[in-house]
Amino acid sequence: MTFALTAPHLEIDNLLADRATRIIVCCGAGGVGKTTTAAALGLRAADMGRNVCVLTIDPARRLAQAMGLTELDNSPRKVPGVTGGGSLSAMMLDMKRTFDEVVESHSDPARAQAILDNPFYQALSSSFAGTQEYMAMEKLGQLRAEADRDGTWDLIVVDTPPSRSALDFLDAPDRLGTFLDGRFIKILTAPARGAGKGLGKLLGAGFGLFAGVLTKILGTQLLSDLGAFVSAVDTMFGGFRERAEATYSLLKDDGTSFIVVAAPEPDALREASYFVDRLETDQMPLAGLVLNRVQEVRAPELSVERAVAGADRIEDSDPMTSALLRLHADRLRNAERQERLARKFVSAHPEVSVTEVVALPEDVHDLTGLRTVGDLLAD
Amino acid sequence: MSTTDWPDVQLHVVSGKGGTGKTTVASALALALARDGRRVLVMEVEGRQGLSQVFESPPLPYAERRLVTVSGGGEVWGLAVDPEEALLDYLELFYNLRRAGGVLRRMGAVEFVTTIAPGLRDVLLTGKAVELVRRSDKKHDTPYDAIVLDAPPTGRITRFLNVNTEIAGVAKVGPIRQQADGVMAVLRSARTAVHLVTILEEMPVQETIDGVAELHDSALPVGGIVINMMRPPLLPEGNCEVPDAAQLDAGLAAAGLTATSTVIEALRGEAADHIARVALEATERERLAVLDRPMYELPYLPGGMDLTGLQEMAVMLREQGMA
Repeated sequence: MTFALTAPHLEIDNLLADRATRIIVCCGAGGVGKTTTAAALGLRAADMGRNVCVLTIDPARRLAQAMGLTELDNSPRKVPGVTGGGSLSAMMLDMKRTFDEVVESHSDPARAQAILDNPFYQALSSSFAGTQEYMAMEKLGQLRAEADRDGTWDLIVVDTPPSRSALDFLDAPDRLGTFLDGRFIKILTAPARGAGKGLGKLLGAGFGLFAGVLTKILGTQLLSDLGAFVSAVDTMFGGFRERAEATYSLLKDDGTSFIVVAAPEPDALREASYFVDRLETDQMPLAGLVLNRVQEVRAPELSVERAVAGADRIEDSDPMTSALLRLHADRLRNAERQERLARKFVSAHPEVSVTEVVALPEDVHDLTGLRTVGDLLAD
Repeated sequence: MSTTDWPDVQLHVVSGKGGTGKTTVASALALALARDGRRVLVMEVEGRQGLSQVFESPPLPYAERRLVTVSGGGEVWGLAVDPEEALLDYLELFYNLRRAGGVLRRMGAVEFVTTIAPGLRDVLLTGKAVELVRRSDKKHDTPYDAIVLDAPPTGRITRFLNVNTEIAGVAKVGPIRQQADGVMAVLRSARTAVHLVTILEEMPVQETIDGVAELHDSALPVGGIVINMMRPPLLPEGNCEVPDAAQLDAGLAAAGLTATSTVIEALRGEAADHIARVALEATERERLAVLDRPMYELPYLPGGMDLTGLQEMAVMLREQGMA
């Protein structure tokens, strides 16, 4: 049994069965079960006959094994065990490899090697906060293009990176795009492209001070690495920003649905709230909220007060039954607290559909477990 | 009570997987460290105003603010570091260039450095933490006895702390290189400890194990493991079998409750869940024990977190020797 919420129920099976649904993005704060939800949705859709690809970012080891992902190889692998006429493929994102592939596929080998060897590129591709988000989007774009071209998949389910904030996923591509394509970097690297003088004149007296500051902060060598990187990149891409914008518009597409995942805890629901607002502002299609890890309540007719009073009475004569009554009271209290939090979310977002998934006593580590989660999602 | 496991540590870095209560633990640790009249600063770097929520204070500006006075005269101060302001600080500190900030900002350079350039944002944040630690060397007017850093999550913590070595790879010489080397020296020294917060579930424990290995590989000092949100086993010691229906029937009657079959089956189901969870927790705890680091335990507070709960946690951390 679950909470009596006034929100409309999120009909997962309708969403999965609808052939118009081409992309499902699972987002939410870290530690709420996004990856498991994405995997369970993918498997359920495959069992329903769809050809699904699940893109995971950082799955738990046993969950990865359950899907046959033993290594990070950056391309989708068939998951055996799907029933019915559908299929399921799954992959783990390798951020650096994805970035390298973007570079390699857009330039001749010599130029690609120069970029891959550039220290600035190496730092950017492995440590820039936001590269993972950007590359998740890039990979999604690639998978979608492959699906359109070869008809390999008719549904892609994406898990989003464990960001500082769930919103990073939406902002990172634009940020990186703005950076690589922006005014500032053009100025920065202008000397490397022989346009420094003109810009210097344009910017007037402030430029000398500015250039001096930059050189001091960044060091000339970093600037020249950066310049070499940007001019190499500049000639081969039609602008990073355009790529970012293309993926961004894919997210606004009618075939895309966002599912926000949250645990019934204050932090996770606050993040979920921000995300719902943001999706609305950006006119992105929200399917609904998965309220995950909800405390299951059995026999609510035995109230907290009566359970505790009964437990006190038989404390000494029957410690086992007494302990079970206290356990029952604890669970009821926890469920009441979670229900209050869930109600708060629903009253702030009355139009958002919700489905609840009870907390399972053990972690999911095989397809049976994923099917159980799928049943709970659809229930 | 006066002994602590970390007598020489001035910078306590607290990390943990998302959802494990890292900000709460960092805050409780700051309170615990503020005993005997000590001044402690807790700083957050992720721009989410987690501290003001935990301490029930208005949103923190980029300025050191006193959050709580502890009995015995100790104080906990809070600081929410804003990367842009940290950059201007940095310019001021090293180049006396604060006035150039306006020019930089107009150019979009501040945004470049703080959000885009590889790890420079993290350079500024770690730099700020180390600057606060070094106040005690420099006879600053208001030094702190300890700094607690509410750091990025376990998955990113090594990269975050290690960012200065990456900078060393990119910037071979110059002031930025000197600064980076100086920060790494403090972060790798016995003045720093990186504590990891976890809960007894598979994935957070796995991340903790991976995190410890990564910190080791990068020569960063691993501190203690904090097991948060512990729920005590509720069944009488040694019981790991679900009682049969007849026993419950009799027990409920003695307790003065109506023993319907629904209630009996519900209680048995709850017992089975609980037993499964306790077994799982025992397994996860053994995996943590192998790490051979000091372990601290904090309970799950069913009423949610507030200042009273935070004080209770601080007392527990002190009793267990973390502060």
